[in-house]
Amino acid sequence: MENYLSLLVRSIFIENLALSFFLGMCTFLAVSKQVETALGLGLAVVVVQTITVPTNYLIYTLVLQEGALSWAGLEEVDLSFLGLITYIGVIAAMVQILEMALDKYFPALYHALGIFLPLITVNCAILGGSLFMVERNYDFGESVVYGLGSGLGWALAIVALAGVREKLKYSDVPDGLQGLGITFIIVGLMSLAFMSFSGIQL
Amino acid sequence: MSDSARKILVSPVIDNNPITLQVLGICSALAVTTQLAPSVVMCLAVIVVLAVANVSVSLIRNHMPSSIRIIIQMTIIASLVILVDQILKAYAYEISKQLSVFVGLIITNCIVLGRAEAFASSNKPWPSLLDGIGHGIGYSVILLAVAFVRELFGSGRLFGHQILPLVTDGGWYNPNGLLLLAPSAFILIGLMIWAIRAWKPVQVEKPDYEIRVHRIEAI
Repeated sequence: MENYLSLLVRSIFIENLALSFFLGMCTFLAVSKQVETALGLGLAVVVVQTITVPTNYLIYTLVLQEGALSWAGLEEVDLSFLGLITYIGVIAAMVQILEMALDKYFPALYHALGIFLPLITVNCAILGGSLFMVERNYDFGESVVYGLGSGLGWALAIVALAGVREKLKYSDVPDGLQGLGITFIIVGLMSLAFMSFSGIQL
Repeated sequence: MSDSARKILVSPVIDNNPITLQVLGICSALAVTTQLAPSVVMCLAVIVVLAVANVSVSLIRNHMPSSIRIIIQMTIIASLVILVDQILKAYAYEISKQLSVFVGLIITNCIVLGRAEAFASSNKPWPSLLDGIGHGIGYSVILLAVAFVRELFGSGRLFGHQILPLVTDGGWYNPNGLLLLAPSAFILIGLMIWAIRAWKPVQVEKPDYEIRVHRIEAI
């Protein structure tokens, strides 16, 4: 239990996908002008990340890993080179299924998320989460916790950035830094602030 | 080379840079810029994937049903990235370990899908190739500039060779450890955008809000 809690805190604060691994930057910079839309996108990322990381874990251990197909008499088959294309396929399929399910059962949430759901397919944070899960050899429980934690961390970062950018309209920014430039510098300072979490050990 | 071809190749380098102007492909790149050597490998990988993906998409552009084109493009890109990843693992294992998951993340690098969708799916193979290479170079310029600054001032080295003698080894340079950490890359890119836009004022964005001078009417 302690192990899971520690992993959760680490994935939200210390190893924040957006601020310390630069993942999901494109959407992170593009969709952070308003807190409301940022919140919607963050929520969608949390949901998709929590589903896809464990799913990819199951696919990796049951099919792709070396020796995983031994039940079928294929002991020496190592399909791990197919990992990348499988994960992106799983992510695309999951997003599609989620979209249809939400449309049918939770139309309000579906309309709130709108365009952001399909965009998540090409969000590197999602694929990055799955790849980190494989690289760090998480087990099933850990991959669920890691999916949830890294999604939450990303959502936290984008909502915070949107909050800062909303206040930014009161400030007098030099011409060349207007828009993208100042956003990069804000993200840099936020990432500096998040670094103060490093060293927290539960 | 004709004028239009040169324009396709050169304009993404500064005038229409994918990172500083189009905000594409920042995702997977910056984490590898603490050293020059892995950044060079990363840039080559991106240029190859971009160019080949653009040509392949362009070759089959007339046979692709538009309803499933995204998934076809994703499959092409993912296959190319797997190839690059396997080649790196076979011939440059150390560097591929340093790049860790970031080679795989070229798949979701928005530049690749963005160019396939925006340019290659409606242009002939030759211009598509140039467009791919041009955007790859534009991406590399920023990446290498950031890596140069971070490695030189963060650890006093270039490509692993000591350039500035460190205080710890009896030299005079006290390395700036912050440059090896994530925040510095963001700030460096921010400053780089500022520099480019000071040089090319066309790229300056209009502020969303203007601050008005507040005048108190004299009664």
